[in-house]
Amino acid sequence: MKAKKILTALLASVCVFGATATMASAEEVIKVGVFLPLTGDNAAGGELELRGIKLANENHSTVLGKKIQLVVQDNKSDKAEAANVVARLIEKDKVCAIVGTYGSSLAMAAGNIVKENKIPAVGTSCTNPQVTAGNDYYFRACFIDPFQGTVMANYMKKLGYKKVAVIQEVSNDYSVGLAKFFMDAYKKMGGQIVDVANYQTGDKDFTAILTNVKAKNPDAIYAPGNFTESAMMIDQARQLGLKINFYGGDTWETNDFLEVGGDAVEGAVLTTAFGREMATTKEAKIFLDSFEKQFKGEEPSALTALAYDAYMLVYYGIEKAGSTNSVAIRNAIAANKNLPLVTGKTTLDVNGDPVKGAVIKTVKNGKFVYVDFVQPK
Amino acid sequence: MDFATLFQAFSDMTFVSFCQHMVNGISLGSLYALIAIGYTMVYGILLMINFAHADIVMMACYFAFFGIRIFQIPWFVTLIGVIVATAVLGVVIERCAYRPLRDAPKNSVLISAIGASFLLENFANYVFGGRPLRFPKISLLAQNISIGDVRTQFICLCIPVVLVVCLMVLLHIINHTKTGMAMRAVSKDYEIARVMGVDIDKIISITFVIGSSLAAIGAFMWGVRYPGITPYLGVMPGLKCFIAAVVGGIGNIKGAVIGGFILGLGEVLIVAFFPALSGYRDAFAFMVLSIILFYKPTGLLGEKTTEKV
Repeated sequence: MKAKKILTALLASVCVFGATATMASAEEVIKVGVFLPLTGDNAAGGELELRGIKLANENHSTVLGKKIQLVVQDNKSDKAEAANVVARLIEKDKVCAIVGTYGSSLAMAAGNIVKENKIPAVGTSCTNPQVTAGNDYYFRACFIDPFQGTVMANYMKKLGYKKVAVIQEVSNDYSVGLAKFFMDAYKKMGGQIVDVANYQTGDKDFTAILTNVKAKNPDAIYAPGNFTESAMMIDQARQLGLKINFYGGDTWETNDFLEVGGDAVEGAVLTTAFGREMATTKEAKIFLDSFEKQFKGEEPSALTALAYDAYMLVYYGIEKAGSTNSVAIRNAIAANKNLPLVTGKTTLDVNGDPVKGAVIKTVKNGKFVYVDFVQPK
Repeated sequence: MDFATLFQAFSDMTFVSFCQHMVNGISLGSLYALIAIGYTMVYGILLMINFAHADIVMMACYFAFFGIRIFQIPWFVTLIGVIVATAVLGVVIERCAYRPLRDAPKNSVLISAIGASFLLENFANYVFGGRPLRFPKISLLAQNISIGDVRTQFICLCIPVVLVVCLMVLLHIINHTKTGMAMRAVSKDYEIARVMGVDIDKIISITFVIGSSLAAIGAFMWGVRYPGITPYLGVMPGLKCFIAAVVGGIGNIKGAVIGGFILGLGEVLIVAFFPALSGYRDAFAFMVLSIILFYKPTGLLGEKTTEKV
């Protein structure tokens, strides 16, 4: 009987001890959720961004004297899955802030969940205005579609094009957004849009729309969209004897675009957020050095830099908030000004979008090469 | 969208553009036809829809990628290797996923086929990765040629020729050989053929060998034409080829070819004449299916049977 009592007491103490032990370890780390497309159509983009987040986490691993632990989830390039994994990050992993994602559609799918749970989220490269509009808990590190579309419209006008055809991926919010703002700006400057063609995500055959576009005789084509489809489209355009140049958005800046497109994408021009040539801040140097160390010989992609910045926005948010209270972090992220990030000094506007410039790059000898830098107005 | 813009393309269409669209459509239709034959043959023999067929096409693309780009084997040797490897894959799937269910209800086999499809997709995703790879460039086949102002790739001219050759060989096998006679017998009445001494398992294996070989040839040309390969590459084309087979009358080989052409040409021409509908081209396939099923449930060349899955 006595033995049994002692045993119970022992067991109870073990339980209590065990409980306090786990509680202590839970408080020692600050959990930051990451959701990115690591498989599926957008996997290439997700992978580049994960690199940036991990680099940032290695360079800035502790805040408020505690270690930051990343909880990485794959949203499989799928809208429904994006909502699921964000719910899991909040409910099961109890993260205090979230970083992600590549893909506006994916970010929007998670928008309501972070809003309802009052967990701040910082988007990496989701550029559609709807991601942050009307959502106080969603911020982002990248510029938005109106800006990107307008910059390209200005740039193409400057090159002297008069007639431009637009090819958009209708099932992709990002592509439709860029195309719309491009056309608005281009028409306002007196340019002519001779054709607007649509395709679906996952399409393989673009010969029909390209034949139509060719018949309209445009000077250039603006075709923002997913990199795999865009690369195949440009390849097929060359087969059809369409010699004019293609212009696009930041999604093209992946190795897969070059891999699938091969020689055909040579000369393609895109807008993006980062170029080694415009790296001026101290953080940019830290980023480039650590990137060089881990990925020798590779050129850092804008996606990697933006993801790095998204993490840094959360990092500075937690630091300023002085606690892991998610509402306090949200307010701190919104209040921070002139943060020295990789892609330049950053202040978020009332919507939670950064105000910063865009880089124009082109494909030359199978590499992305810096062409120009455009300041925001 | 008003009607003026919807029909504007009719007046804008030049002869050159029209020919260009026809070339594009015929090559796409021939590819659909080659893959659709695989669906229709298996259905004709086994009365089941081989959902894994589309993923066999996908695997064949990866085989070609590894043969040419990784192992640096000349493309014509690789092509033969790919046909053999894909045929083996088809037979293995039949052995493992369908044969054990030979006497089970047809629905079980159908579910097993869906399982095999998911297995192949996820296997490819796990082993080859989810990122797109470029199908190796074969300069002979991928070279650009122009006939007047109509431009295309050399492969686009090869595709219809290959289809016709394959079709003639296939029809010869089915109509003029002993194996073909056995295949026809099995497709007419499975039980009676077995009683009459036809080696059912052998005939079914041969069916899978032929279907998968055609899938391999189709996949190879698909890869040259549309060079981005991913684990889910087969899903949408597979769906369309299945529709093509149903439209033509499932179980009927000539029907599958006709269905493939209707779908391929239709998809291109709907964009050609109604550019405003260019985002809805996939809907075309499903619309055609609905209309055909409504007016002629057995498909264009299909025969009336009492048993359907």
